Amino acid sequence: MSAIEVSALQKSYGQLRAVDEISFSVNQGEVFSLLGPNGAGKTTTIEILEGIRQRDGGNVRVLGVDPWTSGYALHKKLGIIPQGFTFFPKAKPKEAIQYYADLFGVTVDSSEILRKVVLDDAVNTYFEDLSGGQKQKVGLALSLVNNPEMLFLDEPTTGLDPQARRAVWEVIRELKKEGRSIMLTTHYLEEAEVLADRVAIMNKGKIAAIGTPAEIIAQHGSGERLEFRGDQKLADYLREHTNLDVGLDGNNLVRVRIGEKHDILVALESMERSGLDWADLKTRKDSLEDVFIKLVGFAIEEGGGIKQIGNSGRGA
Amino acid sequence: MASLKRTLSDLKIFSRGYLRNKIGLFFSLVFPIILILLFGSIFSGSSGPIQVYVQNQDSPSPSPSGGFVTALNSTNVVRTVLVDNSTNFSQYLLSHSATAGVLIPKGFSASYILKKPVNVTIYTNPADTSSGIVVATVNEVVNAFNLNRTGSTPVIGTQCLPIASQSYKYIDFLVPGLIGFTVLTSPMFSLVNISSEYKKTKLFKQLSLTPLTKGEWLTSKIIWYTLLSIISYLLMTFVGITLFGAHVGITPLVLPFLVIGPLFFVSLGMLVGTLTKSVESAAVVGNLITFPMMFLSGTFFPVNTMPQYLQNVAHVLPLFYVIDGLNQVMIFNNTSQMLYDAAIVLAGAIIVFVLAVGLFKWRED
Ligand SMILES: Nc1ncnc2c1ncn2[C@@H]1O[C@H](COP(=O)(O)OP(=O)(O)O)[C@@H](O)[C@H]1O
Ligand SMILES: [Mg+2]
Repeated sequence: MSAIEVSALQKSYGQLRAVDEISFSVNQGEVFSLLGPNGAGKTTTIEILEGIRQRDGGNVRVLGVDPWTSGYALHKKLGIIPQGFTFFPKAKPKEAIQYYADLFGVTVDSSEILRKVVLDDAVNTYFEDLSGGQKQKVGLALSLVNNPEMLFLDEPTTGLDPQARRAVWEVIRELKKEGRSIMLTTHYLEEAEVLADRVAIMNKGKIAAIGTPAEIIAQHGSGERLEFRGDQKLADYLREHTNLDVGLDGNNLVRVRIGEKHDILVALESMERSGLDWADLKTRKDSLEDVFIKLVGFAIEEGGGIKQIGNSGRGA
Repeated sequence: MASLKRTLSDLKIFSRGYLRNKIGLFFSLVFPIILILLFGSIFSGSSGPIQVYVQNQDSPSPSPSGGFVTALNSTNVVRTVLVDNSTNFSQYLLSHSATAGVLIPKGFSASYILKKPVNVTIYTNPADTSSGIVVATVNEVVNAFNLNRTGSTPVIGTQCLPIASQSYKYIDFLVPGLIGFTVLTSPMFSLVNISSEYKKTKLFKQLSLTPLTKGEWLTSKIIWYTLLSIISYLLMTFVGITLFGAHVGITPLVLPFLVIGPLFFVSLGMLVGTLTKSVESAAVVGNLITFPMMFLSGTFFPVNTMPQYLQNVAHVLPLFYVIDGLNQVMIFNNTSQMLYDAAIVLAGAIIVFVLAVGLFKWRED
């Protein structure tokens, strides 16, 4: 049985189709990531799955039940950190854990949970005085109190510095090892690549691609290519004397698509024969980021906004 | 059982946070004490005789004019301050911001003895509430002198009896009033802020993901503000009695108001936070409700000293019934009136509580 099944899910705010008929499933024990810029519809989707937002259409099953109608029972099996997690400002991490344990009616060893999320150094600090990374770790600690089968993490590292981000990744990796299913949203490509077994690239309420990072690159990427500095003349020469697919961008970067290994030899031979100048030779493959840009037409900035790409054209 | 445990656990974390927050504690416990010290000292001094300046241009005592001044003083309603004959009396009154003055003309005693008409002049400031009292008191003394001089005896007399076995002082009303102040302001300000803030920061959503229910959450707040109201009651009564000699009763009969009051205002604060869109607009609406209620419900002065139309307004304010109820049990010992007040606030509180629980959303649709 899948941990999550979503089909034709749809949600609008007035005229805005925030989630536009998306379908996907998450396997048990899998880390699944929704990757997309701000406003893509990630939070709306995840909140519908958590049962705190009602959907307009489509079908949703989380651990086999409809989260909207069976939310109260379902929540006992879920661990959830909402986007921008906060807690009572004057509560200490240990007290927060005890509070959640009381609410869930379970007994926990709060020190052990704090060790697990690597927060043992801030046990006696008020929540308001914790750093961003530590606050996020309190969220992780709380989401573990009820020993959940499934975790929902909405942008768990947004706003953290790279070091704190890596520390949170470490914790998430550990949780995955324990066999919990994890659904996380992020606008950091690296985060999705590092943590997720499978990724769904989401933009404007739709899923543009879905699969393991390798599958997505294989399916939507342009394959391997040879790149080097050269000029229009050289590009023209290659086009004239070979059957290769040759491109040139404004920065005098020549790209030659490598269909089979032999193409490399053909290209090099021809470059040599031309007697023209070239430099910085390398082979390159599309990264997940290249594919992302190709699919949605922009890159994501650090803050999660959209970074428009000039026609430097990173894809061949 | 599990529900009670969750409620108490929420109460524990909330009260801890509250006690660690100096500002909240200041406004709920320290500030009302400052108010009682302030209002207590300002108004306890003014309950004595009204000061009246007197210029006696007639020959001083022993003489009828001297007797007139003595008679004024012996009313205990006014206290005379003699002004030197060489000064211009009306100028003097102006420059001393006096509220009342009496001028006894030259030849007063001679006229009195010869039974010739003579006038004393009363200066008053009509804008001052005590002016009527001064005029009446002087007239009273004048009448007595007239009767005495003509040798007749009064036909109709009056007798004055206090309504209860004791007379009430301002401080007696101030103590219940300021308890009411805490019962209103602590939960209102806090809940308006919390409910809008938690909505914004999604803390409510977070709590909705635990087994805690919104009813349990609200109940724990009501318990906390009830405890705070009881503490406030003990503190205010202690300060009122020890420092100002207030005559207020220590009785468990105040409890209904210390429970129903917080029930009402916790729910009302919650409702305001629920029905407004932002933290800022919640604060504005909260203040629009809280401040008029605070001033018009008998917090700082008894409602029956206010103009009739404001009294009418007061009678639709829930805090009025809380404070009136506290007055009934702490001052007048009037249990039936107290039950009536309690019934009214309870009815209102139940309506507001049901609305608050019903309209307040843990999650969104
Ligand atoms: N409660 C809401 N009311 C109206 N519009 C909303 C609401 N929540 C989100 N939106 C809009 O829906 C779109 C998707 O938002 P969201 O799901 O938060 O995206 P993401 O989490 O990917 O940033 C955005 O354009 C956002 O402005
Ligand atoms: Mg989001």
